[in-house]
Amino acid sequence: MSKQTLIVIGNGMVGHHFLEQFSQSPAAETYRVIVFGEEKQLAYDRVHLSEYFTGSTHADLAMGTADWYADQGIDLRLNEPVTAIDRNSRVLTTPKGEYTYDQLVLATGSYPFVPPIKGNDQDGCFVYRTLDDLDAIQASAQSAKTGVVVGGGLLGLEAANALKSLGLQAHVVEFAPRLMPVQLDDQGGALLRQKIEDLGVQVHTEKATTAIVPGSDARLRMNFADDSHLETDLIVFSAGIRPQDTLARACGLEVGERGGIVVNNQCTTSDPNIHAIGECALWNNRIFGLVAPGYTMARTLSAALNKDTGAAFTGADMSTKLKLLGVDVGSIGDAHGQTPGARNIRFHDEQAGHYRRMVVSQDGKTLLGAILVGDNGPYDTLLQYALNGIELPANPEALILPESEGGAPALGADALPDTASICSCHNVTKGDISGAIDAGCTDLGGVKAETRASTGCGGCAALLKKVVDSELEKRGVEVCTDLCEHFPYTRQELFHLVKVNGIRTFRGLLKQYGKGQGCDICKPTVGSILATCWNEHILATDHVPLQDTNDTFMANMQKNGTYSIVPRIPGGEITPEKLIVLGEVAREYDLYTKITGGQRVDLFGATLSELPEIWEKLIAAGFETGHAYGKSLRTVKSCVGSTWCRYGVQDSVGMAITLENRYKGLRAPHKVKMAVSGCTRECAEAQSKDFGVIATEKGWNLYVCGNGGMRPRHADLFATDLSDEELIRTIDRVVMFYVRTADRLQRTSVWMENLEGGLEYLKQVVLEDSLGIGEELEQHMADLVDTYQCEWRTAVEDSEKRKRFREFVNAPEQKDPVQRWTSERGQRRPELEAVSS
Amino acid sequence: MKARTCWEAVCTVDDLVADSGIAVWTDDGPVAVFYLPHRLPALFAISHTDPFSGSNVLARGITGDINGEPVVASPLYKQHFNLRSGQCLEDESVQVKVYPVLLDGNRIRLEVQVAQAASVAA
Repeated sequence: MSKQTLIVIGNGMVGHHFLEQFSQSPAAETYRVIVFGEEKQLAYDRVHLSEYFTGSTHADLAMGTADWYADQGIDLRLNEPVTAIDRNSRVLTTPKGEYTYDQLVLATGSYPFVPPIKGNDQDGCFVYRTLDDLDAIQASAQSAKTGVVVGGGLLGLEAANALKSLGLQAHVVEFAPRLMPVQLDDQGGALLRQKIEDLGVQVHTEKATTAIVPGSDARLRMNFADDSHLETDLIVFSAGIRPQDTLARACGLEVGERGGIVVNNQCTTSDPNIHAIGECALWNNRIFGLVAPGYTMARTLSAALNKDTGAAFTGADMSTKLKLLGVDVGSIGDAHGQTPGARNIRFHDEQAGHYRRMVVSQDGKTLLGAILVGDNGPYDTLLQYALNGIELPANPEALILPESEGGAPALGADALPDTASICSCHNVTKGDISGAIDAGCTDLGGVKAETRASTGCGGCAALLKKVVDSELEKRGVEVCTDLCEHFPYTRQELFHLVKVNGIRTFRGLLKQYGKGQGCDICKPTVGSILATCWNEHILATDHVPLQDTNDTFMANMQKNGTYSIVPRIPGGEITPEKLIVLGEVAREYDLYTKITGGQRVDLFGATLSELPEIWEKLIAAGFETGHAYGKSLRTVKSCVGSTWCRYGVQDSVGMAITLENRYKGLRAPHKVKMAVSGCTRECAEAQSKDFGVIATEKGWNLYVCGNGGMRPRHADLFATDLSDEELIRTIDRVVMFYVRTADRLQRTSVWMENLEGGLEYLKQVVLEDSLGIGEELEQHMADLVDTYQCEWRTAVEDSEKRKRFREFVNAPEQKDPVQRWTSERGQRRPELEAVSS
Repeated sequence: MKARTCWEAVCTVDDLVADSGIAVWTDDGPVAVFYLPHRLPALFAISHTDPFSGSNVLARGITGDINGEPVVASPLYKQHFNLRSGQCLEDESVQVKVYPVLLDGNRIRLEVQVAQAASVAA
């Protein structure tokens, strides 16, 4: 059977997504596929276009690669625009030739709408859609100081961000009385305007441009209907999009009154062999200017071409969540409350800059829409309520109130209906997940492999786990919380067993409560528990084989097998003498030297056998180990505080040093970071730490369970105006409660999120001593502080322990041949080609 | 042609660390020797070179058992290697070299190829 020909016109995001879907489907076997692209580049991510000005290249933004197209056998013809379609003979014309099709897909997208203003076509006027447009803007910006974006909608603000990142003084000119008129109301628009103006972008609303003429101070001058004017060096039009339907019109396909190629639920046009998807398609008299509905159309069409009679596009949710110029903006469903009888609940915190509006049905039971500005925190929960018609709680306002004022926790997995979308990247619903479990998946990994949920952006990982756990529990499957195959207990249970039974070795615990020989999961976990309970040296004979290599050698292994060394510099305070010693040691051993984010110095490239020698020198100069290798306290970062800073109200460095010396060496489920700021300006960034302390006029405010890194979390305010003693006692209790109850490798932020009862419960345990364990926690901490030893000092003084630091025990002079070096910016670094396969 | 081998003495019992590994240098390059006192036999030797990074680090991994088989976890990217077969548990296509090992009095001996053309870290 000879293959039919499928031609796709347009190589944008939606066209590419269609090809991804179609080429994996059975029908791909029966078609030869040709793609025509007008632009010279492969499909790229237009949603993140402004990143092109902050360092991203076409390759970074590209959706696929030429190799991928070749692997799929797709004939990709870029820079070859289609000029005509002859529907009778099913032939396309391009400047290069004629092509016959059996099925034709129009994914031609849209073009920017340029308002009919006199002078809109002169030099210095641009649109914002393609990489070519961006190249032109960039070239023009080089000799420009100011830039104006015409259009204060979603795309316009993106464009303003782009101009700002090019170093221009950016202005936004909007015809409507507020920014983002489609998505926001007056209050939300006003707050967004204020936030954007704070960032240095000038906003002009209710401005109708009448003419663009040569300027006197700048290249151009925009005259407005109210007789005011604005001078600027360049103008970017971003006042909306229009469907690109020129080809469709020319060949007589049905198009809408205001443009757009009319399609049915299967995305087929008035010609049964021609289909249209994305922004060029008009469905139910609507154009969808977002990428997600375009993707849904692409999937629908792919299924329809595979003879799936059930495939249908039935509209799309136009809710949006985005960050514009760094400001969170969210808009859900009927954001303007146009449903008859709709009521509003508004929360506006001018101090924090948060605006939240819920639109609820007349009976108060259904969420119809919402607007968020300043913080998208409640967005996911609100969206689930709105999309699934879940009945609102009796006090719906709790959904948008801050948690400290009685706000509600996120929606539980049980409350979600089967239609709730869990993973939007791969379009997986709660029903798909329970289906996969019914079909035999018994754990999270299985569900992920079967449904592909959480394998895209990964943003839904926590929600997916909750859904899987709750579905498994519903089926009577006990969710396995065993640490590993050797111990049928959680970390918390093992901690309890060790403590209560006074078990002091891994072997002892294994004999009594485990089986087999242990593994790389249970050994370090138990090693950490033993260290927290009894505080014996981590290199004591019984404990040596339990440690990860970094703990065993008390340094951080790097990719070529050498180590980095981080001596402790409490609070980031260091004398010139000590700084010189670090420099001298680094020079002697040719160590690559870098300042860390935790206000200390990292020395890279030491071999195993050099470690004890180096530490002898560091210890002689008064340094201690920094525990950069351990699941333990790293640093207590500080600002300079009241001793020097004219704003400081407390001695933040002094407190940081006190805290660092108190908690150093403590073994925990994961690393712990702290910081102390000397005033509310918060220069030590304490709110991004596990424990953050901020000085007040009267003492210290304590924040707990924050995190930076991969998943940032602002720390929660835990207690205010504490004295020095109260602060330390409170931290003692929280730290010990965390160490006793957290899971393996669980940071405080995740621990808090999983703690039943959350912040309020932790406050009761620690501040009100509701479990009656406060004193015990403090005593345990005091014992640990009393038994602290610098692990490196003990190790270098013990010849048995030093034996571990031999690179090759039988050949002390033998250098490791794969450790090869080169130099860069005046320092030594590993030669990257050192890796052989 | 079968390569010539010999039983090279690489270290003594005192050098071993229970439930852990040490690295030795042989005519055949770097080798990791593990001593698991709760198993019989208790000695295992595999290449010290981690095939995923090319670095000589396997002796510094954590030992244990998975489904009863003795394993070491690479300290860099945490793949497990069966100490008896050298097979990587996470990637069927990857194996590290295994060396016959025996206790001769107080000495640990490995059966290694006699060096012909020098091939370090092969």
